[in-house]
Amino acid sequence: MNIKVSETATEQLVIAPELKLKKQPSILRIKNLNVFAGNHHILKNINLEIPKNRITVLLGPSGCGKTTLLKSMNKLTDLYKELKVSGQIYIEKDDILNTNKNIPNIRQKMGLLSQKPYPLPVSIYKNVAYGIKLKGVRDKKLIDYNVEKKLKEVGLWDEVKDRLHLSPESLSIGQQQRLCLARGLAVKPHFILADEPTSALDPVSSKIIENLFRELKKHYTIILVTHVLRQAQRLADNVVFMNYGEIIEQGNPEKVFKYPRSSQMKEYMVEGN
Amino acid sequence: MNRRKKIEETIFRIITGFASYSLIAILGFIILIIFIKGFNALSLEMVFTPPRGGFYYGGEGGVLNAIVGSLYIAFGATLIAILLGMPAALYLNVHLVCYKRTQNMIRYLLDALWGIPSIVYGAFGFTLMLFLGMTASLLAGIITVALLITPIVIRTFDDVLSTIPKGLHEASLALGSTRTEMAFKVMLKQGFPGFTTAVLLAFGRGIGDAASVLFTAGYTDLIPTNLDEPAATLPLAVFFQLGSPIPEVRERAYASAAILTIIVLIVSLTARYFSKKYSRSNLQ
Ligand SMILES: Nc1ncnc2c1ncn2[C@@H]1O[C@H](COP(=O)(O)OP(=O)(O)O)[C@@H](O)[C@H]1O
Ligand SMILES: [Mg+2]
Repeated sequence: MNIKVSETATEQLVIAPELKLKKQPSILRIKNLNVFAGNHHILKNINLEIPKNRITVLLGPSGCGKTTLLKSMNKLTDLYKELKVSGQIYIEKDDILNTNKNIPNIRQKMGLLSQKPYPLPVSIYKNVAYGIKLKGVRDKKLIDYNVEKKLKEVGLWDEVKDRLHLSPESLSIGQQQRLCLARGLAVKPHFILADEPTSALDPVSSKIIENLFRELKKHYTIILVTHVLRQAQRLADNVVFMNYGEIIEQGNPEKVFKYPRSSQMKEYMVEGN
Repeated sequence: MNRRKKIEETIFRIITGFASYSLIAILGFIILIIFIKGFNALSLEMVFTPPRGGFYYGGEGGVLNAIVGSLYIAFGATLIAILLGMPAALYLNVHLVCYKRTQNMIRYLLDALWGIPSIVYGAFGFTLMLFLGMTASLLAGIITVALLITPIVIRTFDDVLSTIPKGLHEASLALGSTRTEMAFKVMLKQGFPGFTTAVLLAFGRGIGDAASVLFTAGYTDLIPTNLDEPAATLPLAVFFQLGSPIPEVRERAYASAAILTIIVLIVSLTARYFSKKYSRSNLQ
């Protein structure tokens, strides 16, 4: 394990509350988002603002629509013809749902970290290089430099620098997940969309990822999906509680977790603890 | 209860074990018979010379013409089948991935094509050949065998590609890859070890099939030097010689069958070797 990163990240823990004080402008705004699959109303009139350089946690029981909401944000819903998506999602000024802008470019702004790591079927090095090359970088030295930089960003460099040309299958699941994160960061996203990124990981690897997020929010806006209440409490700067495709409560975690207003949220908190 | 479970386990093991070992035994038996019956005729002359005068009455020579013809046809047809099949399989799994109904319909049709007996392909190839004003030739044989094995290639490639998890599609698209980049840089690489087996299956079917080349490739004692010349093939060499009243010639039929088997084995082992060497867990 890379101790160095976890240490810096724990320092970050101490700084974090101060950061929280400043209110950040929102850079992603969702308006009246509805998603249907046939008659099934998966997302019901979602309105949401995501603050910049903060961790927004989407919390809720399985099947409440968290993944679908996340996939709407990088247009992966396009892959499912049965899904009918309506509404607006503004990133800065652009409504990405109703734009004719280049979809790969939109997706590159939204780094995705999925539930399970899906490394590409190439070496560790090439996984990260793939992302860098997608940004048009061709110079070998520059690619080398950036591969190292991105692997360091996720605290993986020291663990893999001697086996860069091996398959990612030789890594643990937790390392693979960080490799996928490094690959995602290589396309220079503004956001990190993380869909239950620790649910397949052991506690130690989960901790590493959590600490990374605290570090990464300095440079990225993070939207973290989880159904683990404790994780939400540890990480959230802004929390959104969902149930049956609806947003039930949202706002400052201190308020939402201490004084939940809805019975659904209260119930969830009792079961979660 | 515990005892009952143990008995169940034992019975299950015996049945499954019997099934697999008897299959291996049958395969071994077939190969053994072919080699025993063909042993006397199996010689370097058989492999490295074309038929000489009176070969079909027990005279000198070998079946080099058929070996070369078969290899040309099988390699040519496999090449065409890959060139047609790879894009088709990619189309099914990249562009039609959200259109399940169309996807399944195409799969169903391909399975039907796979099931059509090869004599039907032979007859179709023959009609096509006449229509194009060609005569029985290497090219006509290659085209007919390619028709026969393309559905196999598409479906087996398709099987490989369809096992690629949707999460990997999403991961590569989320990085901002286009579908083309995803197809060529991710899916083809991911599927590579599986493709080798697929190609082998097609090659084996192609080189062993007699009916499709019966009317289209012709038969000749000469080694073809051009696509428009007729070509002999091993399955037909077996077929013709096996019908002979002369025992020596019948022995040669078995020897030819043995050569065909050896070729398939060699190709299969080589492909497996390369597939292992370049498989995912062994990247360079
Ligand atoms: N492509 C789809 N077609 C039909 N139903 C879907 C599809 N995707 C998701 N759903 C349904 O939408 C609901 C929410 O799913 P999801 O967003 O995956 O929830 P979560 O991530 O919160 O567990 C579930 O009931 C699921 O069955
Ligand atoms: Mg989910």
